[in-house]
Amino acid sequence: MTPEAWDIFVFFLKLSLLAVGGANAAVPEMHREVVDLRHWMSDETFSQGYALAAAAPGPNVLFVAVIGWHVAGAQGLAASLIGFLGPTFVLSWAVATLTQRLAGDWRLAALRSGLVPVAIGLILATGLVTAAAAARGTATEVGVAILITLVSTLFVWRSRYSPIWTLLGGGLIGLALLR
Amino acid sequence: MPKTVANPPEELPLNPPPGAAQLFAAFAKAGLLGFGGAQVWVRRALVEERRWMTERDYAEVLGLGQVLPGPNVGNAAVMIGRRFAGLRGSFAATGGLYIGPLIVLMSLVLLWQEFADDPHVGAFMHGTACAAAGMVIGNGIRMSGRLSPPPEQIAIGLLSMLAAAWLRVPLPVIVLVLGPISIAAVVWRGRRPQ
Repeated sequence: MTPEAWDIFVFFLKLSLLAVGGANAAVPEMHREVVDLRHWMSDETFSQGYALAAAAPGPNVLFVAVIGWHVAGAQGLAASLIGFLGPTFVLSWAVATLTQRLAGDWRLAALRSGLVPVAIGLILATGLVTAAAAARGTATEVGVAILITLVSTLFVWRSRYSPIWTLLGGGLIGLALLR
Repeated sequence: MPKTVANPPEELPLNPPPGAAQLFAAFAKAGLLGFGGAQVWVRRALVEERRWMTERDYAEVLGLGQVLPGPNVGNAAVMIGRRFAGLRGSFAATGGLYIGPLIVLMSLVLLWQEFADDPHVGAFMHGTACAAAGMVIGNGIRMSGRLSPPPEQIAIGLLSMLAAAWLRVPLPVIVLVLGPISIAAVVWRGRRPQ
């Protein structure tokens, strides 16, 4: 393993268990370390990589792979993913083991039920924050953006069709009206 | 003969538990389609399409995944995989979730210079981002609707949402303050199994 890949591995390993709330919660810390302190990436490359990871399908956590790739190629990519996801994998595994062993315990049942409203509230918050970030541009563009978000909300809430249609539709409306 | 029921998927029985290969396939599909939040697609695949878990069961696993460090859906993949197929299941679900999107993302990174300056791409992605935000919100409402929570849980959910989206309270604080209140509310309701 190259020294850069090793540094990447250690950095993400340390960050992993601090990332409560997912990779997005750790992005400011990544920026501080990767751009400001170590100068591994320029500010522009960092933001561009983040935008790409957010636009691509799949969990946003894959942004760490972009950083790893940029700093140390294929080895860096593997090092960043294993470093960042390894500890959370082990912890989730341990928690799953514990919850299976305690299945039927009323305290565990209360814990699990109790976390549901908090988790759904946080999911709704993520949607609202990204909706606000996407509502930008001229007054008309903001209106179009909000309209796309509202229609998409209704579509996914009320219909059983795949959300891929609302994403595609949103993209096409964007192509026509958000330029 | 009545043709529709309120929530058809809830009425149907669950399918038999999947093996590692089926888990891999389901998570791979959810990951590849997972624009704007893979969690939405994993829920759709496991609860509505393949019916391996109930809405409540999935929501509880996701709730645990949310409070643990790391991506909520990644943590849920480990826990769901373990339950259905042990360590192989956890690796299958995790691998499925990440492998497709990783290939897509790295292709985008390598090709980025080709289309970075094309305004069409930017406009399309902007529209998709708006729709993805709506998708995440709609999915959240759909989930809570199907769980039919009591009023105090709705209030806690709305408080968490406001604290995170509007007041920008750090997530650990929200979980540590509202989590115990919510758990206490569940106990107070006397919702104990068995």
